[in-house]
Amino acid sequence: MARAAVPGRLNWLVATLSAARDETATAKTLVLDVPGWPGHLAGQHVDVKLTAEDGYSAQRSYSIASAPDGARLELTVQRIADGEVSPYLTEVMEPGDPLELRGPIGGWFVWNPRSTAPVLLLAGGSGIVPLMAMIRAHAAAASKVPLRLVYSVRNPADAIYASELSERSVASPLTVTYLYTRTAPPGMPVGRISAAAVAAAAWPTQARPAIFICGPTGFVETAANLLVGAGHDPAAIKTERFGPTGDA
Amino acid sequence: MSIVSRGFSGRRRPGDVKLPPGQYLETGFPVLSAGPTPPVKTATWQFTIKTELGQQHRWDWQQFTSLPAEQITTDIHCVTKWSKLGTHWRGVSLDTLLGGVRTNAGYVMARSYGGYTTNLPLPDLRDGKAWVAYEYEGAPLHPEHGGPARLLVPHLYFWKSAKWVTGLDLMTHDQHGFWEELGYHDYGDPWREQRYQGD
Repeated sequence: MARAAVPGRLNWLVATLSAARDETATAKTLVLDVPGWPGHLAGQHVDVKLTAEDGYSAQRSYSIASAPDGARLELTVQRIADGEVSPYLTEVMEPGDPLELRGPIGGWFVWNPRSTAPVLLLAGGSGIVPLMAMIRAHAAAASKVPLRLVYSVRNPADAIYASELSERSVASPLTVTYLYTRTAPPGMPVGRISAAAVAAAAWPTQARPAIFICGPTGFVETAANLLVGAGHDPAAIKTERFGPTGDA
Repeated sequence: MSIVSRGFSGRRRPGDVKLPPGQYLETGFPVLSAGPTPPVKTATWQFTIKTELGQQHRWDWQQFTSLPAEQITTDIHCVTKWSKLGTHWRGVSLDTLLGGVRTNAGYVMARSYGGYTTNLPLPDLRDGKAWVAYEYEGAPLHPEHGGPARLLVPHLYFWKSAKWVTGLDLMTHDQHGFWEELGYHDYGDPWREQRYQGD
């Protein structure tokens, strides 16, 4: 298992929310200015810390959505109705508010723009976020490596970054395949990740793609097992999973 | 000193629930793995302790599950911030597995099917603090959670409790395992919030 070491102490930094934009009815992107941000690799995440007036604090991890871009960092946060941190980030925070965070964290689930292998990305729901960072880093580097994204959502309105993905699939070597698990647009099937869906969207095993899967545990387990079953090298499959209760 | 998050009050826990700093209470059992779940069959499963001199102590599944087992009730703490209280396990104490092993090693590299590794001080595996567990909540340990058997070292962050464990390499000098090489802490005490190197 080859890895890129990320040494050094991770100090808490004070970011400032410079803008926020709605992605879907329940997902919001926070645009942060982070003086002292050391830079990151596409796919990494940050730890965020909120502190109440009496000193009570709560931490959560959020994937970075943006390609490396100096002190600017974007997090896309899926609001969990009964969550402790995500409602604050998406409903209470306003531009100008400070936010403590540290990172980047995780040096395994990352895509390196110098990589030459074709890339297969499989996203379930808000699992798209770290994969979007890879798609953006790919564009920023003007990489010619072909990317294929399989994006499983409950219904079309839940798709984060839909218009950007549509634009990028025209402008760069990116192919996007949606799977709709509850409601599909007219003329499109409803269905979950399956052997047929993988066979239709994935690279052949001979292409030796780099594979990144992110989403809820059930999606990631199913997708990873289908790809291994189709003959892909388990060592080429990197996964990031959300917990079943998803309290984020 | 932390800065106050304007308008954040948080969701407090009942006063009798004490969690390590930065952790929240989880009632589900989230899965975290770096790659696909490796298929591990008990028919071919092996667990090997290799000493610093290369001596090997090996158990197959039948030998391993014939060893005296213990019921363990413990809290677990994941570095991704969730803690889960009062989980129930069944497994073989490392005191039992290390009982016949002569070693002067101070450290251990746990090795798993699928290639995962994690490093621990050997004393942290002794004196009733660590097990190789094969049942969770009264049922065989599910593959997603590390079945058929995983290391259980609940006083450290849960990435130290290697899933799909197949062996321990005893070492005279500490080395980084998988996540430790990527910046995670060598020891990982949740009560001291040792998440990353330098914490």
